[in-house]
Amino acid sequence: MNIHEFQAKEILKRFGVAVPRGIVATTPEQAKAAAQELGGGVSVVKAQIHAGGRGKGGGVKVVKSPDEAAAKAREMLGKNLVTHQTGPEGRQVRRVLVEQGLNIERELYLAMVLDRAQSRVTVICSSEGGVEIEEVAANHPEKILKETVDPVIGLAAFQCRRLAFALGVPPALTGKMVGVMQGLYRVFEECDASLAEINPLIITKEGQVMALDAKMNFDSNAFFRQKEIVALRDLDEEDPREVEASKYDLSYISLDGNIACMVNGAGLAMATMDIIKLYGGEPANFLDVGGGADKEKVAQAFKILLADARVRGVLINIFGGIMRCDVLAQGVVDAARELNISVPLVVRMQGTNVEQGRQILAESGLTIISAETMAEAAEKIVKAVQTN
Amino acid sequence: MSILVNKQTRVLTQGITGATGQFHTKACKEYGTQMVAGVTPGKGGTVFEGIPIFDSVERAVRETGADASVIYVPPPFAADAILEAADAGIPLIICITEGVPVRDMVKVKRYLEGRSSQLLGPNCPGTITPGECKIGIMPGHIHKAGTIGVVSRSGTLTYEAVDQLTRLGMGQSTCVGIGGDPVHGFEFIDVLKMFNQDSGTSAVVMIGEIGGSAEEEAAAWIKLNMKKPVVGFIAGQTAPPGKRMGHAGAIISGGKGTAKEKIEAMKSAGIRLAPSPATIGRTLQEAIGK
Repeated sequence: MNIHEFQAKEILKRFGVAVPRGIVATTPEQAKAAAQELGGGVSVVKAQIHAGGRGKGGGVKVVKSPDEAAAKAREMLGKNLVTHQTGPEGRQVRRVLVEQGLNIERELYLAMVLDRAQSRVTVICSSEGGVEIEEVAANHPEKILKETVDPVIGLAAFQCRRLAFALGVPPALTGKMVGVMQGLYRVFEECDASLAEINPLIITKEGQVMALDAKMNFDSNAFFRQKEIVALRDLDEEDPREVEASKYDLSYISLDGNIACMVNGAGLAMATMDIIKLYGGEPANFLDVGGGADKEKVAQAFKILLADARVRGVLINIFGGIMRCDVLAQGVVDAARELNISVPLVVRMQGTNVEQGRQILAESGLTIISAETMAEAAEKIVKAVQTN
Repeated sequence: MSILVNKQTRVLTQGITGATGQFHTKACKEYGTQMVAGVTPGKGGTVFEGIPIFDSVERAVRETGADASVIYVPPPFAADAILEAADAGIPLIICITEGVPVRDMVKVKRYLEGRSSQLLGPNCPGTITPGECKIGIMPGHIHKAGTIGVVSRSGTLTYEAVDQLTRLGMGQSTCVGIGGDPVHGFEFIDVLKMFNQDSGTSAVVMIGEIGGSAEEEAAAWIKLNMKKPVVGFIAGQTAPPGKRMGHAGAIISGGKGTAKEKIEAMKSAGIRLAPSPATIGRTLQEAIGK
């Protein structure tokens, strides 16, 4: 789950990491009032969307007066901002963050992320702040500094000092830098983050160490114990079908094609998308109905798949282990009948009670194309969609 | 032969009184696995399907000699269940639970360092040595005893591969599901080392997916050390970047963890890749020259 920059900054503030003074605005008038409250001088108007690259896309503007802040806000609000991370359609800007202007002396990079190879949290920092860290990693790997955190002791002060010295942070600011790093680590831990990134982390001419931008992503497995974080979710920034699916405990990701798929198991669901492509079709989505798919869940899954207007055919691929094929077949038949499905439907089942399942499909009176293997299923659905 | 589990393995179920725990304990028992104990704190002294239930893992081990544990405990308590099993010295801990927070697993892995317990999972289907011992949620009837080792991050995709192998007459020595989470116990490389040493395994099928670098690390090891043919399949060639594809660990982040990179690493290690999930069995057949 992603959150906005202004929300990430509020979290940082709570954990003792300094952020610029800033006020959220949803109208040009509010932006003007915000700029006024921040001193009426130089301020920055920043579009709030769940995507990076806002600066290059024109979503971050330095302004010199409250009137100019209002004008820039008017240009941004309600329009789609396109960045290299949003895709060509861009994302609608519903809020801007108006922040105090600052005298930036240096821009650094600081992040915490899980290192899967070590099963440990890693602190990553670099003297190259304010740029794409992947470019730095590719072109100047020696400028990426890392510290691995032992969960028994957390992020130790000596580790932070080691990084601060390597970054060439002036001795007078070492203490502040250690504070920021440990503060960010506490955020990562206590909020069950999967990513916490400050880019850039700035040192101002006045000797302040502050997060100029902040990006956080959270572990959805921990939502049961992170109610406050979950409350920050912005549904406007998510695909509505994905939001709907999550309500029914269905794992759904929207893709670009026209062949919808419904599968039990994430690995098999990915493999099903792959084989559709292999046979010349384009998958419309990833959908894992999970282990306990009964009639209701199957019907819900169908509704979500068919809500996508591009869908010209549906492929169901189920390997029944605990899930019995006859139960699934009945669920498919009931749902297909109820929803009056008008696009070709290919069902491939294998596993427990498969013969009974196939019989139910055959006797349903519905136009359901059966397949025995995944290859046969993919071939049939691609052909059915092409000829339809 | 086999790895990890066989007909001597004595299994205890943590979370035995929950619906999932009950269903699968019964199914494993019917398969022929020695299900010797169950643990649900507060339900000690009761019995399920003839299996004694205890309040603690320690007590269960003392009274029944259990040497493997399977965990069906819900996500908020699963890490604690693993820790309890490790503290009791259980040699093989299999955590089926999906949804364990990453932070908890980072701590669990740290706790396991220096201890004798080995962990499989979480978010995995378990492991089966066909004809001898099934621990987990896989459908026993699609498996057949034989000499092909199977190791996979997936559940149902593994069953698909196993089904193909069985239909082609290629039985399995042991099938191991390492699970779909980013922080977990056995890695591909750990299981491959075991298959390499196992006299009962003649070839291996390795099923991976996008996210992380476990397949690449395994491929590097295979290139230098593996004495037996390995065939692979990587799911998620059509997955978009940045999206979690069901499994918590199936995500392409910062451009890393793509199917393409994994396939290339595996090919350069001499692993034959099945181009389609429908041809995993056939690809193995070709690799062993049948």
